[in-house]
Formats: sequence, structure tokens, C-alpha cells
Amino acid sequence: MPLLSTIVWLPVIAAVVLAVFPRSAANAIKGTGLVVSLATFVISLGILPRFTDAPGFQLVELHPWIPQWGINYGLGVDGISLWLVLLTTLLTPVVLLAGWNSIKKHPKEYVISFLIMEAAMIGFFLATDLVLLYVFFELTLIPMYLVIGVWGGANRIYAAIKFFLFTMAGSLLMLLGIIYLGFSYVHQSPVGILSFAITDLYGVSLTPRVASLLFFAFSLAFAIKVPLFPLHTWLPDAHVEAPTGGSIILAGVMLKMGTYGFLRLVMPLFPDASHKYAHLLLTLSVIGIIYGALVAWVQPDMKKLVAYSSVSHLGFCVMGIFALTQTSIEGSILQMVNHGISTGALFLMVGVIYERRHTRLLADYGGLATAMPVYATLFVISMLSSVGLPGLNGFVGEFLILSGTFKTYPVYAVIAATGVILAAIYLLWLIQKVFYGPVTNEENTKVRDIAWNEIAAMVPLIIMMVWIGVYPNTFLKRMSPSVNELISVVKQEKQIHVMVTENGGGTLNREPSPRASGEKVAEGRMRGDASVNQQGGGR
Amino acid sequence: MLNALWLIPAAPFAGFVVNGLFGKRAGKGFVTAVALLASLAAAVFGTVAIFQYHALSPHGERYVDVVYTWFNSGNVGADVAFQLDPLSVVMLLVVTWVSFIIHVYSVGYMREDDGYYRYFAFLNLFLAEMLVLVLGSSYLLMFVGWEGVGLCSYLLIGFYYKTDYAPAAGTKAFVVNRIGDYGFLVAMFLMFAYFGTSDFARVSQIAGGGGIPPWLLTAMCLLLFLGATGKSAQIPLYIWLPDAMAGPTPVSALIHAATMVTAGVYMVARSNVLYRLSPDAMMVVAVVGGLTALFAATIALRQWDIKKVLAYSTISQLGFMFIGVGVGAFSAGIFHLVTHSFFKACLFLGSGSVIHAMSGEQDMRSMGGLKGKIPTTYMTFAIATFAIAGFPPAAGFFSKDEILAAAFTTPYFPAVGKFVWLLGTLAAFCTAFYMYRLLYLTFFGKFRGTHEQEHHLHESPAWMTVPLWILAGLSLIGGFIGIPQVLGFLPTNLLEHWLAPVIPEVAGAHHLIEIAPSAEWTVMIISTLVALAGWFVARSLYKEKQLASDAAFEQRAPGVAHAIENKWYVDEMYGATVVRPLERTSVFFWRIVDAIIDGIAAMLGYIVAGIGDLLRFFQTGNVRNYALMLFMGVVVFIWIFV
Repeated sequence: MPLLSTIVWLPVIAAVVLAVFPRSAANAIKGTGLVVSLATFVISLGILPRFTDAPGFQLVELHPWIPQWGINYGLGVDGISLWLVLLTTLLTPVVLLAGWNSIKKHPKEYVISFLIMEAAMIGFFLATDLVLLYVFFELTLIPMYLVIGVWGGANRIYAAIKFFLFTMAGSLLMLLGIIYLGFSYVHQSPVGILSFAITDLYGVSLTPRVASLLFFAFSLAFAIKVPLFPLHTWLPDAHVEAPTGGSIILAGVMLKMGTYGFLRLVMPLFPDASHKYAHLLLTLSVIGIIYGALVAWVQPDMKKLVAYSSVSHLGFCVMGIFALTQTSIEGSILQMVNHGISTGALFLMVGVIYERRHTRLLADYGGLATAMPVYATLFVISMLSSVGLPGLNGFVGEFLILSGTFKTYPVYAVIAATGVILAAIYLLWLIQKVFYGPVTNEENTKVRDIAWNEIAAMVPLIIMMVWIGVYPNTFLKRMSPSVNELISVVKQEKQIHVMVTENGGGTLNREPSPRASGEKVAEGRMRGDASVNQQGGGR
Repeated sequence: MLNALWLIPAAPFAGFVVNGLFGKRAGKGFVTAVALLASLAAAVFGTVAIFQYHALSPHGERYVDVVYTWFNSGNVGADVAFQLDPLSVVMLLVVTWVSFIIHVYSVGYMREDDGYYRYFAFLNLFLAEMLVLVLGSSYLLMFVGWEGVGLCSYLLIGFYYKTDYAPAAGTKAFVVNRIGDYGFLVAMFLMFAYFGTSDFARVSQIAGGGGIPPWLLTAMCLLLFLGATGKSAQIPLYIWLPDAMAGPTPVSALIHAATMVTAGVYMVARSNVLYRLSPDAMMVVAVVGGLTALFAATIALRQWDIKKVLAYSTISQLGFMFIGVGVGAFSAGIFHLVTHSFFKACLFLGSGSVIHAMSGEQDMRSMGGLKGKIPTTYMTFAIATFAIAGFPPAAGFFSKDEILAAAFTTPYFPAVGKFVWLLGTLAAFCTAFYMYRLLYLTFFGKFRGTHEQEHHLHESPAWMTVPLWILAGLSLIGGFIGIPQVLGFLPTNLLEHWLAPVIPEVAGAHHLIEIAPSAEWTVMIISTLVALAGWFVARSLYKEKQLASDAAFEQRAPGVAHAIENKWYVDEMYGATVVRPLERTSVFFWRIVDAIIDGIAAMLGYIVAGIGDLLRFFQTGNVRNYALMLFMGVVVFIWIFV
């Protein structure tokens, strides 16, 4: 089986198999889930040796799916999606491990939900066909809705519905946009066929008015997902009610579906509109950075604090994307991964203490470092990673975003950089209130220190924090060509070179882009998507 | 050694890792061995590397050891690379050896503490980060060390984490420093955007090459200086340093007196090409330095906590260093950095010895008459006081004098220079006064503590007294590396000559400051008289009368007395104008703005629901049906078309 399909479908197959397990076999179910997710992670690492430092999709799989409508099952990985896929496969076993003891209710459905969610998220990052991407995008909603609604806290139904409605509201408009784009392609393609291949649609030319409308339809969907100020209010509720695992995946991966959407779709599909409305998006990002940080600071609830900090951190990512420099976009992608690791770790840590004390209020804690020294140490390391201490991961991402943005939009960068100060304020405040000071509540002296499964879940995250902090080139090197390519597509400087490997071989350089200028590239020797559509469709 | 400079910071870092992971179980003997060995290794490696370096480049050319490329993305990035040049050499010697001495002292001081392993792990980590700071070959790498020492400072200030005040002080230090770091960061953004590099030599070369708009240089310099005001506790960001005294006393000596807080001075000296091309920025540095020197000294006049006096004294002395680098006397600033690290470390460690003897008491109102009880501490403390007060021929005399003489004659801004000189001279008077007040209140008069404290009074062990003697000795003779020309009885201006290669000739900027002998003599005589006056006043007020003088002053001018005791209410002012408004804004965002957004969203939801039957799902909130339908839809879709 092709590599990319394997990592998408392995969790699904496992979920189906798990469905027939008896409910009583909780440990067997959790064990199987963990083993499968670990296997998925190991297999996904197999992308790395096969990955070449070239732009365009690699390891491409392309099969007709609904040929009449030009819809394909197309998967591919490039420097932009690579690390997000690996982040997903890394975090899923972490989540299953962290919830090993805490999930007592319906463990079977819990594991199945996370496996389906993993598959959908990976599918979203890998999809090269817009319809497929949309299906995966929506498919992530259902398991997350269930996770919040079933395993959540007291107010879980409200939070789940709010999560669902916000996200759904945005994506409906996007669906219309996708359909419109597909039909636009028909009129412009040389052979007059439908196509939803993302790289085909990069070439569609639109009138400025339509482009603006579509830009907003797509942006709304992704801005809610990120979430960008002022569309962020679903996030704190969702996080507070979600179980620990749900929060880790939500913050760690799902929010990046929004930033990834901006990068993969909004910018290259609507370059002119992206340029035109860059100031709007940059302004909202910068507001989000400062707003999220300030609101985080005054939260009495630890989880809300971390949730609002996500609003702040994701603001950096969106700003870096719209600043449109090599440096800022590479920083942005790296920061997506960083945020997944650091905030994932923070949510994991908050979950540990919640499970023991059943409260997340800062006021209920104080002096925990005495009873839980190992836990305190791990928490402080996660905090430092999130705060952007040089030597850990967060610094590299933030620095690249800010200095990259400074080149094109210095004012935004200078304002956004104050977020660095604010991050220290709210996170150090959290540490001080929870771990230091005299013990005011007797219960805090008897709390059990962190357990084996929680340490095991933290170790890979901490390794990643140090690795990215000390040697980020491992990551930057592989994203660089794709980012470079993306910038030229958006800036429309040159022909689009899309390397597509189809049916196990061959490369194709194709140039159907009506607005692309420059010399023709005609060395392709394989058939493109269009011929696949025709073959399968037989219209 | 020279081709493996990274080993110098790596040695203490290894000590941190070993003690951090195994120190708790391994016991104090193991921890002591690892920590001392690690810091000694850094000192020995460093010294060996310096000899090799001097043999290799006798004229002070920079030597760089590139380890690997840290990151590089669209021309933003840096190598992990360490460098030696005359300035790094000076810093390296001071940092490693003073640090080793204080490590030794800490063995005695921290003996009884439960957090022994934690303390030494952090201290080793601090040394490693400080070495990255002084050896890093670019601003970006310097920033790594800069933030790293800030982290260690945070951890060590909050070392007694079970108290209320120590963690709060640690947080305050970190946050205030971050404000400064913001300036440092933006300065680096400018460098990458306009110069495409943050490597020290490249930046100096590009800036010195001409054609750079003045606003750019001034902006870079002022932003870097904002960083310096944070790290080196200058107006307006000095407020964290007094609180930082919540940490163990050896930490105050090492981090908050001798090494970390001088990083800002090092940074300005390191950036001397940028600064010399922007006299406006230099003037800001000099004036802020002068104002801080005087302002902090006035607060020190009326503090009773022995460490608080020394903390304000440190802020004031750092102000002197900034006067030096600000008026263009870069080597004088570094000179004072070196001598200050000797006498201030000695004073802090001496105060630690006093506190140790007093069973933890820090209030001078409970001390008095300790001279006979802890004679070694008294002797070394008196020597260091003599040095900081600026009496010849102790170290402080030479370095402070060189700074004041340079301020008096600076070619960059002669009139402002005289004003800064005046500020410095007034501060020098206060310095002599508050230091001798401290000496008399602590060691003279009658003991004012409890009977129990008196019973426990004891001289510290050799672990602590030997470091005191070494530092006292250095406080006496350390000034001989910078004897001015006019007193040419020994080789003169050794340090200035050594540092000369770091301050290259730049077109359109002044080079070294020439001080006329007449000005030199004038300034020297005035400073000495001023120091004598300060000492004399303090002696007549406190040697016999002790606390009565403070009480008398309070009666005569209660307003001023209270204002000084409360540090001129600066913390309160910041609280009222910055912290609380920010907090109120945050609460407003959370409680009001978020609620409005939610309200609008809900309203949109109802409007939509009212329009279409299909969308009534939203109103009933029966989303499960909807989810199910979506899912079924997808399934049907697939089933039909595949």
C-alpha cells in the first residue's frame, strides 16, 4: 500500500476493528489504539528518507474518485504539510498514553474517536484535491464534537455545540467557494473539464470581485478554525470543557488546519485578494496576539489561560503567513509545530493536575513544587518553551516570524513583538501561583507526583522542544523549497512547476495556468489530472 | 583548546545536567564535587584558551570557532560560533574566576540548605549561559546567553520558593527584563532587515563602512540600550534588582553584582562602533547612567536591609559604568566593570557572612558591634568598602576616576559631559557616605540583636573566608591594570591598551578619548576630596551615634525620609500607571468584549435560524442530527459515485 494512504487509513481500519471489541476489554482497546497510533507514527517517519528537498507534492497518489465531477482521491506531501503530518502522528499516541488512566467512561468510543480524528487530520494535510480536503476537514469535526460532548466537563454540551456551529458556519461558505472554483476551472481549462486538484485551481483566474468574495469565504472558515480575533470565543469554552486529550489535539493540530488552510489555499488561490486584504489579516493577527495574551493573564482557570495563550500564539502564525517572506512563512510553519508541542505539553500538564485535584482554578493551588517536584520541572520546561526561551523551540519560530515580518511590515512586527513580553507575564504568573509560595490548601501537600504514563507522554514532547530549539535546520531545510515555491506562486513571478508522481512513476511539469507568465515548461512526459478525469469519466 | 571554545560553556552545562538529574539522590559530596569541578574546568579551559589565543593573534584580532549553523532562513539566522577577542578575554577571565570563587563560597554558605543540589545545578547553568553571552560571536547568540542568564536569575531569585516574596521577585525580574529584551529583539530585526547579519564583526564593518542613515544607527543603539537598562538595572527598568535580593546571597554576589548585571555594559562596549557613529544615542546612555548613578545612590542612603543597600549601590555603580561607555570611554567602563566585580562581590559575600553569623538576620538595626565577633569578615568588608568609596590606591579609585575624567573631557558632547560628571561626582559622595554608614552600623557600636542571635554569632568557615580574602586582595590591587598616565610610576593604562583593538578607527567618529593632564588632576583631586567628605560625614553621624542619626533625620525632614525609605515610590507609580491599567484593560477585554462577540454570534445564529427552516437545527441545538446527516451525506455520496 502506498505510504501516504497507509498512514491515513491504518487508524481507520483499526477503528473499525476496535468497534467489534467487547466493551469490557478496556485495556486491550487502549493497548490496540496505542500500538496502532505508534505504528502510524513510525510509518509516517518513513516519509522522511523518501522526501527530497524539492518543491511540489511528493509521494503523490492519484486515483479517480468521482470522475464525472473531476474529483480525485489525491494525496501528496510537501515541505509545508510534512511536519504537520508528523506532528499529528506524534501527538495521537501521546494523547492516548496521557489518557490511559483518566478515561473511565466509554474507553472504546474514546479510542475510536481519536483514531478517526487522526486519520481525518492527516488526510486534510495530505489531500491534493480540494473536495477530498473539504471532506477530511468536516470529518474532523464529528469525533471532536463527540469528544467534547461525551467526555467533557460540566458544561460540555454547550461547548460542543458552540464548537460545532462556529466551525460549521465558516466551512459552509467555503464549500460554495470550492464548487465555484471547480466550475471556473471548466471554462478556463484547455479541455473544458472539471478539476478540483489544488494545483490546477492555483491557475484559475477570477475577476477581482469574485476573488474577493471567495477570499472571504475561505478566510472565514480558516479564521474561525485558527481562531483569529474576533472569531475566537468558541475556543476557551471548547478547551475548558474538553477532556485533556481533546484539548491537546484541538490546540495541537486542529487549530493548525486553519493556518494551513491560509497557507495552502487562501494565499495561492487568491493572491491578489490576499495582497489586497493583507493589512486586515495582519491587523487581526496582531490584535489577537495582544488580546489573547492580555486576556490569558487575568484568567482564574488554568485551561482558559492556556486556551487564550493559543489565540496569541496562533496570531503569530497568521501574521507570518501574510507577511509573505521566506523567513516569516518558514517561521510560521515551524511555530505551528512548536505550538502543537508546547501547548500540547501545557494542556497535558494541566490535565495531570486536574485529574488529581479536580480543579483548574489557580486560586486552589500554591506550593505544589514541594509535593510534585518532577511535575513542576516538566511544567516549567513546557512553560519556557511556550515563552520562547532561546535554546528551546518557541524562540526560533517567533524570531523568524517577527524578523521576517519586519522586512515587509515593520510596524506590525514591532507591535506584535510586545507579545513576547506579555507571554512571560501570563505564563510566569501561572507558574508562580500554582507551584510556588506557601501551601494554602492542605490537599496540595498530598498530591501524587506525575505517573509513568504521563512522563512517557511528555518525554517525546520535551525531546522535540530541545531538538527544534538547538538544531531547527532539520525542519527548516525541508520546508524551504516548498515555501519558496509558494511565495513565487503567490507573487506570480514564475510558472508553476508541479511535480506529480502518478501511477508509480514519472514527473510532470504542467503549465495550464492562464495568468502564469514566463517561459513554457514542456518537458513533462506523463498525463495530467485532466486525462485521468477523462479516462475514468467517459463523459 | 582554541578550536573547541564551546567546551568552556559546555563544562558547566554538563555540571548542570549531571547535578540536575542525579544530584538529589547522590548527596551533597557528589554535588559539590561536580559543581566545583565544572566551574573550575570552565575557568581553566578559558585561561588556557586565552594564552593560546594571545600567542596566535598578539595584536588582538578576533578568533572565531564555528560549531554549526544554528538556523538560516531567508538570510535570518546565525551560526553557533564562539569568539575570542580582547574584550571577550577580559569578560571570560572575570566571569569564570569570580564565578569559581563564589562557587567555593557557596559550599559553605548553602551547606545546610535542602535545595543544595538544585542551587548548584542552577549556578552551573548560569555560568554556562553567561559564557555563551560573553563568547557568542553574534548578537543573536549573545541573546541566547542573555535570556539564559535571565532564566537562571529568575530561578535563583525564586530559590526559596516556599516564601511569598521570592517567587514574586523572580517573576518581576523576568518580566521587567523581558521589556528590555524587547528592545534587543527589535534591534536585531533592524540588523537583519538592513545589514542581513547579526555577527559582531560584520555589523561593525557595515556600520563603519559609512552610508548608513543616522536614524538607523540611533534606533539600533537606543533599542540595544533598552535591553541594557533591563539587564543592567538602569532607569527606567532598574526596579527588579532590589527585589532580586530575595535570592541566596552568593547569587546576589555572582549574578546581581559581578557578572550578569554587567552584561549591558559589555553589550554597549561590544557595539562601540554603532554607538560612536550615533552621538545622540551615546548621550542618552551617559545621561541615563549618570541619573541612575545618583538616583540609586540616594535611595541607598536610607535603607536598613544590608543587602538592599548593596543592591542600590550596584545599580548606582552600573550607572558609573554606563557613564563610561556613554561618554566614549569604553575601556574605562569595562575597567570599572572589572574592579566592581571584585569589590562588590566581596561586599555581597561579606554581607552573606554577616547574615550567616546573624542566623539569617538582614536588618542593620539588629546588628552593630560585629567587628570583634567576626573579624575576618570585618577586615575584608572594610577593604572592599575602602575600594568602592574610591580612595587611592584601591581598585575603585582608578576605575571611577577614569570614568569621571572621561565624562569631564568627552569630545562628543562637552557640556552634557560636564553635567554627567557632576551627577557622577555627587553619586560618588553618596557612595562613600552610604557605604561607611553601612560599615559603622554593622560592625561598630553595640550589638542590637536578640540574645539568641548574639549567642550564635560566629565567624564563617574557611570555605567562605578564603574567597573573601581573595576578593579583598583583588579590590586593593585590581586597579593597577589601569593606572592613569599622570601617575606614571608603574606601567600605565594596561587595560586600555589591551582593549584598543576592539575599538577600531571609524571614519566620522572619535577614537580614544584624550584626557589632558590638568583635567585628569582636577577630577582626581575632586573625587578624592568628595569621597573623603562622604566618609567623614558618615563617620561623624554613625560611628558613635549609630541609629540615632537616622532617627534625627526623620524628625527633621519626615517627608524626605519616608520618600527615600520607600524608594521614591517608583514601584507604586509603575503599579498605578502601567500594571493596574493593563490589568483592568485585560479584564475589560475578557468580560465585556468577548461577551459582545458571543452576543453578536448568537444573534446571527437566531437571524439565520429565523430565515430558513433547514437551519432550524441551530435553534433547537440538535446538532447531533446535523452531524449525522452530514456523515450520512458523505457516505451516500461515496456510495453513489465510487
